[in-house]
Amino acid sequence: MFNLRDKGAEIWENQGRIGRIVIAVGAIAIVAALPFMGGTFLNTPVADYESVLVYPIAMFVLMAIGLNIVIGKSGLLDLGYVAFFAIGAYTMGLLGTKTDLNTWEILPIGIAMAMFSGIILGVPALKLRGDYLAIITLGFGEIVRIVALNLGALGRSEGIQGIPTPPGIFGIEYAFDSHRIYYWTLLILILLAIWMVRRLSARRAGRAWESIRQDEDAAELLGVPTFKYKVWAFVLGASVGGAAGVLYASKTLFIAPDNFTLQISILILACVVFGGMGNIWGVILGAVILGYLPDRIRFLSEARLLVFGLVLVIMMNLRPDGILPRKKREKAIVKKDAS
Amino acid sequence: MIGNFLDQFWSLTFGGLSLGFIYILIALGYTMVYGVLRMINFANSEIFMVGTFATIIIIRDLFKFTQVSEYATGFRLWLILGTALIFAMLVSGILSMLVEMVAYRRLRRMNSGVLAPLISAIGVSMVLSESVRILTDSRPVASPRAMEKKFLGQFFDAGIRIDNTIIVISALVLFAILITFVNKTRMGKAIRAVSMNPNAARLMGINIDGVISATFLVGGLMTGAAGFFYTLKYENTSAFIGFELGIAAFTAAILGGIGNIKGAFYGGLALGLLETYASFFLGTQWKAVTVFIVLVLVLYTKPNGLFGEALTQTRA
Repeated sequence: MFNLRDKGAEIWENQGRIGRIVIAVGAIAIVAALPFMGGTFLNTPVADYESVLVYPIAMFVLMAIGLNIVIGKSGLLDLGYVAFFAIGAYTMGLLGTKTDLNTWEILPIGIAMAMFSGIILGVPALKLRGDYLAIITLGFGEIVRIVALNLGALGRSEGIQGIPTPPGIFGIEYAFDSHRIYYWTLLILILLAIWMVRRLSARRAGRAWESIRQDEDAAELLGVPTFKYKVWAFVLGASVGGAAGVLYASKTLFIAPDNFTLQISILILACVVFGGMGNIWGVILGAVILGYLPDRIRFLSEARLLVFGLVLVIMMNLRPDGILPRKKREKAIVKKDAS
Repeated sequence: MIGNFLDQFWSLTFGGLSLGFIYILIALGYTMVYGVLRMINFANSEIFMVGTFATIIIIRDLFKFTQVSEYATGFRLWLILGTALIFAMLVSGILSMLVEMVAYRRLRRMNSGVLAPLISAIGVSMVLSESVRILTDSRPVASPRAMEKKFLGQFFDAGIRIDNTIIVISALVLFAILITFVNKTRMGKAIRAVSMNPNAARLMGINIDGVISATFLVGGLMTGAAGFFYTLKYENTSAFIGFELGIAAFTAAILGGIGNIKGAFYGGLALGLLETYASFFLGTQWKAVTVFIVLVLVLYTKPNGLFGEALTQTRA
């Protein structure tokens, strides 16, 4: 079968420094220009195309990159990723309405809160085996939502309203309906996240995660401090989710517990697996498709999610490793171990 | 508060017990599949949801009960309840088998790891719940009451309601049948063999696909029965009901040690009672939080669940 991933990697590796810069800049330019293509075939018939680009597409991409650190890189099944998104969003909501801090000042606080809760959840949960980790994280996601739903300080089911927009920087103003400004902001965050993940993957942490994913016991015996690196993966994943949450809250200006259901966790997980776990480009592609598809097929109206479910089943059966799977060589090692 | 609790202790306990038995039956659907495939069958919650609708179809459409009908009595009542139970079980069991064939079988042959089947299961769940949602117009559906919910007697201050009694007794019977099936029959033995070592089982000439189909069928039958009992107790269902009950039952399975049939029994009972008591003290909105905190504590102190993933005879 034609392997898009290897083909892409081959082209990239055969380029010199200048060629790579040209490709990268070109790709970023095309992606950055997407908001201007509203009139073309990309248009979403019912929903506002530019707002779909911000949420769900760009937001899903950011979260999928974060979740990919946890699931794709280190093989830890996290079913409650939405919790970190919610914690980021509620940090923004509370501090934005109760204090004078603006979005850019709250962003690091939100990220820190998400990382902190990542530690609180991770330290007890990561001692457990895979399937139990899944249910504990799932429970954590629900607990965060239920707490938000029942605590008066968090606005109960009404949530938090009147969250301020980010203040302008460099003369760029953030208005509620200037979707493309938010889109570009998210794009910068996405590029930062990609950069972070790529740097880490090539270094000690990346190798530790890889060894944990393939065989945790062997990694431990060879001296990899597996627990430490698992917590690290968890916390880094959480930080990306927290950042996405802060941006989400200052974009929608209104958050409620209903925005943070288990369905979001599952959708982000689907993005990661659908696109190709462990390969960041696959994950991004998966998030773009799954974020875009439900709005693109809105003409099916009622049957929209039904078709979406069918697509998931069919795709997984045809390409169980996702659209752009990780390198074949790694897979061969895993297969050999398993048999 | 404590005084109130003591006053209501027995009626809470009876309610919690029958809820617990519903959890047990759904948890069996998760735990049997997990035992054989080491896979979380996420679609099981929607199998349960379909079971509740199958029950309503029998009571409302086949026996033409409405909200104002007179209660059935005597033989006719048992006929109705029996038909509904068997129909719900069959529908859920067969559906569960079909789900396995459509969503998991191919992936299993490709040896695709844990996550691809999970996403496939999520897809199937969406298809099932969305189909039902569209058919029911997103509205909850009430089940007509075919049986008068009278009290059979008093136990201390609490009345023993007939539906709770039926649930507990029938669930016990079903559970006993399941244990016998797993321990005494050829197919049960094959299921246990596959659960212990699939490769060795294949070498012994066991038809793995057949065994897996049977496991899904049995798990689906139990889950369908839970759908019937749920409808009998709460007389209400909707396309979205699977999620909440499914999560709770899955928690029950883990609490007792997933993959372990007896674990599902104790886990389900513990969870049903715990949830009922917690709702009384803290309000229903906090019950899910209590349940998860207990689960975390249990797993933290006993990582394999209360009764462990025992590789014993009873494991299926």
